[in-house]
Amino acid sequence: MDTHDLRLLANRIRRRDLQAVYEAGAGHIGGEMSVTDLLTALYFHTMKVDPAAPMDPNRDRLILSKGHTALALYVVLSEKGFLPKEEIATFLQHNSRLNGHPNRVKVPGVETNTGPLGHGLPVGVGMAKAAKLDGADWRTFVITGDGEMQEGSNWEAIMAAAHFGLDNLTLIIDHNRLQQGARLEDTNNLAPLPPKLAAFGWTVLEIDGHDMDQITAALSADNIASGKPTCIVAHTNKGHGISFMSDNVAWHHKVPNEAQYKQAMQELENAQ
Amino acid sequence: MTAPFQNAKLHDCRDAFTAALEELAAADGNIVAVCNDSVGSSKLTGFRDKFPERLINVGIAEQNMVGVGAGLANGGKIPFVCAASPFLTGRALEQIKADVAYSQTNVKLVGISSGMAYGELGPTHHSIEDFAWVRALPHVPVIAPADRIETDAVIRWAATHQGGCFLRLSRVGVPDLLPEGHVFELGRANVLCEGSDVTIIANGVLSHRAVTAAAVLEGRGISARVLNMATVRPIDQDAILSAARQTGAILTCEEHTTFGGLGSAVAEVIVDHHPVPMTRLGVPGVFAHTASAEQLLDDFGMSPQAIADSAVALIKRKG
Repeated sequence: MDTHDLRLLANRIRRRDLQAVYEAGAGHIGGEMSVTDLLTALYFHTMKVDPAAPMDPNRDRLILSKGHTALALYVVLSEKGFLPKEEIATFLQHNSRLNGHPNRVKVPGVETNTGPLGHGLPVGVGMAKAAKLDGADWRTFVITGDGEMQEGSNWEAIMAAAHFGLDNLTLIIDHNRLQQGARLEDTNNLAPLPPKLAAFGWTVLEIDGHDMDQITAALSADNIASGKPTCIVAHTNKGHGISFMSDNVAWHHKVPNEAQYKQAMQELENAQ
Repeated sequence: MTAPFQNAKLHDCRDAFTAALEELAAADGNIVAVCNDSVGSSKLTGFRDKFPERLINVGIAEQNMVGVGAGLANGGKIPFVCAASPFLTGRALEQIKADVAYSQTNVKLVGISSGMAYGELGPTHHSIEDFAWVRALPHVPVIAPADRIETDAVIRWAATHQGGCFLRLSRVGVPDLLPEGHVFELGRANVLCEGSDVTIIANGVLSHRAVTAAAVLEGRGISARVLNMATVRPIDQDAILSAARQTGAILTCEEHTTFGGLGSAVAEVIVDHHPVPMTRLGVPGVFAHTASAEQLLDDFGMSPQAIADSAVALIKRKG
């Protein structure tokens, strides 16, 4: 899929996400809007995955470590064919398999159950190590939030990935500068992130995480430096695409009222 | 009365663990070992020398260690994740919950030097809460083998079992209890001694003490059944209820706090289905004082003589 079509698809995914949050009366819309372009590019441009064979041993793996934005992943998986599109309407409903955090046992295409932060990258290190042991060429991608990088387990994994030379592992940090309760810089400011990853021996790229040309270029295997894991620091906006949510800490998991919903939907439709 | 095990050779079950693991790994290239710098204390030096690429040492980083195990399992490997039990279970409990139990990954968690094996090193290095912590999680069987033979059998079972498990090993020498060639069955206790007046249920390093206690009781004219209950979850409900019905009293012994371990698991079955008098021996909800592993068991009322005394007192409570 070319970047023009990726942009249109990401817009459709945002609208479906917004509708589902509105209808469910819950969700993490801010972080979902910030991660949607990254997920769309991964699933519709970069990754080798087949919804007809979700457990293919040679599939590429994606771990959404910021599991609270599961809805964005569900919508992407439904667009890709892993789930019926109409099932998105069951998000958070009684007995739905689409709960607030993804479950690999129930949802095809999900690789590991996330929710508690700081879990995805260690699991990604294990996946990448497994591929290396087999001499296989599938890749592992992990998306974390920037606030999530405050979890020490990530830095345990960062050390190990560099030591093991896992050049088949790509960490994408959704750097939207906001965490649940406040700005990153007002909480525990890890920024700037690139020199920290570089100091641990990673190749680091910085991109606009809402620019499909930059995203797809950064995800290309051409950027891999042999023997080094790759970190893409994706500069994003929480609530991206919706004016009153964008870069606004209030919209971590706030639910729009009817007027706000209509305005947000209109803005996304106008942006097509 | 003949004292059992008087001149018995004692074995460190870690040797049985690594011998079995090396044999299994030679036959199956997907078996890998993951550790946290604990190559020596997990007795993995032989594995490292034979399969250097399959010994994945993440350094002193237990959360990452368990997550890496889950990722390796996702990639088709059969990881045995080995570390001192207090750090494996205490430090990485949320990884065990989310990445192994909830994600239902094929990760074999091997807690080394569990219980109070580290004796004088103190409560930071004791792992007397691990049954309770891991037993609370679905999809992770909890198993504490009693000797080198059962350890070998459990490792072979774990390698073919599809799914996670927690294997709780010690480093304290124990005599042989089970017959050579013993095959482990998940959730199935073994009768070590038949008896009709009381049942002693134990596992791990307590099982041979329970057998010795039964011999002490025999000398006092009391017939004690001894069950070796390696599997703490899923618990062997049938063996517990048969013991309750046939002997009318149950005494549990464990190298664990009395909050939430083997005794609690047995009591849950008893309370729900067939109440009989019970006594639960273990560490009574305290951090242990300074002593060797064996001395601590004696100090907490689990010498064979003290176990026998507790059994006598328990029998008096039978209606």
